[in-house]
Amino acid sequence: MAEAVDYKVIGTSPVRPDGVDKVTGRAQYGADMNLPNMIYGKVLRSPHAHARIKSVDLSKALAMPGVYAAVSGADFPQAQHGEIGGEGGGDVADLAKNIMARDKVLYHGHAVAAVAARSVQLAEAALEAIDVSYEPLPPVLDLDAAMAVDATLLDENCFTKNLPEKPDKPSNIAAVMQLARGDVEAGFADADVIVEGEYRIPMAHQGYIEPHACTASVNEGGQATVWCCTQGHFEFRAMASKVLNMNIADLKFIASEIGGGFGGKTVLYLEPLAILLSQKSHRPVKMTMTREEVFRATGPTSGTHCKVKVGAKKDGTLTAATAWLAYEAGAFAGAPMGPGAMSIFAPYRLDNFHIEALDVLVNKPKVAAYRAPGAPQSMHAMECALDDLARELGMDPIDLRMKNAAEEGTQAPYGPKFPAIGFKACLEAAKQHPHYTRPIPEGAGRGVAAGFWFNVGMQSSAEVHINENGTVTVVEGNPDIGGSRASMCLMAAETLGVTYEQVRTLIGDTESTGFSNVTGGSRTTFATGMAVVQACEDIIAQCKARAAATWGVDEDQVEWEDGQAVPAPGVNADVKPLSLADIAANAARTGGPLLGRASLNAQGAGASFAVNIADVKVDRDTGKVDVLSYTAIQDAGKAIHPAYVEGQMQGGAAQGIGWALNEEYIFNTDGVMENAGFLDYRIPVASDLPMIDTQIIEVPNPSHPYGVRGVGETPIVAPLAVIANAVRAATGLRINDLPFSPPRVLEALDNA
Amino acid sequence: MSGVHVSTTVNGDATEYVCHPGETLLDVLRNRLGLTGAKEGCGTGDCGACSVTVDGSLVCSCLVLGAEMEGREVNTVEGLADGGTLHPLQDKFIEHAALQCGICTPGFLVAAKALLDRNPDPTEQEIRYALAGNLCRCTGYDKIVHAVDAAAKEVRKQQKAAKKASGKKRR
Repeated sequence: MAEAVDYKVIGTSPVRPDGVDKVTGRAQYGADMNLPNMIYGKVLRSPHAHARIKSVDLSKALAMPGVYAAVSGADFPQAQHGEIGGEGGGDVADLAKNIMARDKVLYHGHAVAAVAARSVQLAEAALEAIDVSYEPLPPVLDLDAAMAVDATLLDENCFTKNLPEKPDKPSNIAAVMQLARGDVEAGFADADVIVEGEYRIPMAHQGYIEPHACTASVNEGGQATVWCCTQGHFEFRAMASKVLNMNIADLKFIASEIGGGFGGKTVLYLEPLAILLSQKSHRPVKMTMTREEVFRATGPTSGTHCKVKVGAKKDGTLTAATAWLAYEAGAFAGAPMGPGAMSIFAPYRLDNFHIEALDVLVNKPKVAAYRAPGAPQSMHAMECALDDLARELGMDPIDLRMKNAAEEGTQAPYGPKFPAIGFKACLEAAKQHPHYTRPIPEGAGRGVAAGFWFNVGMQSSAEVHINENGTVTVVEGNPDIGGSRASMCLMAAETLGVTYEQVRTLIGDTESTGFSNVTGGSRTTFATGMAVVQACEDIIAQCKARAAATWGVDEDQVEWEDGQAVPAPGVNADVKPLSLADIAANAARTGGPLLGRASLNAQGAGASFAVNIADVKVDRDTGKVDVLSYTAIQDAGKAIHPAYVEGQMQGGAAQGIGWALNEEYIFNTDGVMENAGFLDYRIPVASDLPMIDTQIIEVPNPSHPYGVRGVGETPIVAPLAVIANAVRAATGLRINDLPFSPPRVLEALDNA
Repeated sequence: MSGVHVSTTVNGDATEYVCHPGETLLDVLRNRLGLTGAKEGCGTGDCGACSVTVDGSLVCSCLVLGAEMEGREVNTVEGLADGGTLHPLQDKFIEHAALQCGICTPGFLVAAKALLDRNPDPTEQEIRYALAGNLCRCTGYDKIVHAVDAAAKEVRKQQKAAKKASGKKRR
């Protein structure tokens, strides 16, 4: 168990090693790679939300001068059904059909064909020369329509999974899941107060500023090299290999710098198209999406419809709760209903509950992971209901949560017992926080809510090289999306006992370092960090052996202290300590270069809890909601680089505030997204937000050498309900549906 | 489609290029001049990732044409540092952890430079409104605002020192 100890470099916030390249324009992102003889690929996208493809004729496009290749679904190998792991995983055949439609298009913007030409303009002209014949079908555009008895089917072979028996008829409900414990009826019978709520939230996009981009070069021997912005180049390689039926050994993926992802860049879209086009044209092919393509054809997160019912005794003790959670999957199965269901009651001790969750097909883009996938929507429902419950009981909302808070030993709704967790510590900190104790500004309302995310471990590899002068190179395989190079350097420096400046971290490509799962699930600092620590421990063991050989003593007579080998206490050796630099300088004589390595499948990621507080003001004439102040409190286990932990908390809060107040996919009745640009899909700008205050709580994760919990996803979970609860406090109105855009708030005010 | 010949100045260097009449300045910078610091986040002037200055005015380079740059002065993020010395904004962005993924950073730096050039002592609100045309999805803007504020202080300090030094010289 990691104790609260004094560290030398961990817990400081030094400048990041990739900082200068990123403030001078040198850093190369997905669209910045250019190769000799390179041509440009573009995608033809469906004008229909739902249609059968009768034919695709590429001949006129291919006949145009300067057009070197064109592909459609017919150029792909037959995709086999089968699961592929990882956060961007799912069914391989679905993944393949999402990348390029085969017999049917399932959303407006679904890829139908692609071309590669000498210029982007020429490629766009060639798209217009492609003849596609469609038989339009009625689009299925919301959960109610999709689940109606006589609903049009997206997939005639979709039989609801996880039912006791296979249903006799196909439907748009791809899967259901249930979680239950205790006796819900008895629990509600015990309750003095019962609250219920029903909440709808539309689809929202991750909104990373960098559109998807890649460059692929396939040589005449069939070997492909792909540069792309990705949260995980190893998983991209695995997916591309399945989709294209290529040998993994013939695929080399190099991760560029990545301009945001939030889960959305765990999914493959362009890369297989670029590889096929490069194969056919014998030239490198670069493909970049426009912002409009990003909105129409890459994963948003699910629109949802959630119902929740909670019962409690007069003293606030929860007696029972039920939840019904319907998630839009988009065009293919795979909505995050599982994590949504598992997280909704996770912060609370609850003996009687029942949760049903549904994964529902609709003619909208296939959803992708978005920061704590599934949890913001379901927990918004629970945290709003708890707020209503606190009002009914006349209890402080933090006291109500504290009364029922999960702690070490509490059995989580999804099975295991929690080890040490920081929920109660977050609640205590919130109760005492100056933001919570100061008076609420005149005319404003204050809201609080809790957030939770499981975090994951998964597979990581790391190598540590000691250079000739004793400096340290860490090599790992997780794209740095928010400063993780700095965190790896800090953990390596701490373990080895050297300065931060002595260590550099680089992200290896798929041929130069071992496998790592995606930068996702808040796993990088936890799992890859653990691999880096173990690789450093490997180095220390080797250094001790080299020192022992140099001194002519046994290995157990050498210790490692402050970055040098020293004789163990009581060992009578008249020797000078050997630093990393000394050992490196002498490496040729003691066994060759020093290389440490570790690979693991990390267990015990450690859940991260949060409590957020917001003050808002509502303009009764316009319905506009202004956030006056915001505080995010979260358990980080141990903050390796506190400034970047704060950054995760602030960024997640801002995304959550945007989701609560503005962001939504607006579709017309044909299933065409009407706001596919940053002007109309309005994410928060600097003048929309106040400073976001942060307080990092540190309840060490017993499963990590430095106590780390993932911190990246939890921050987006609480804000939806925090804003909704603050608006309720300000207006007296429980507005059930997000986002709280001015027209919706005004309508609620007018109807009150 | 015949090209347009343009003579212009980019980051202080006399520069010539031929571009299509409909080609944006952003495409010229990125694809013809190899200056990939300006990023395309939207192509519609909504995100500010392609921010540059033209004759000192802040513009989205995706909204102006390369052919319009004849005789103008274009400045990009690549021209922000003074030789080997980073601009205080660049230093402070790194120091204050004002970037996570970094894709919006070039645009923010150019926009913040344009702000400090016309207002070396901005309030928090002035910083927030001056940067409202630049989208950042990672930071929540908090650390960006702090970095610009710290850079403004540093710029004022440098200007004061320079003024003092030149005053001494005159005497």
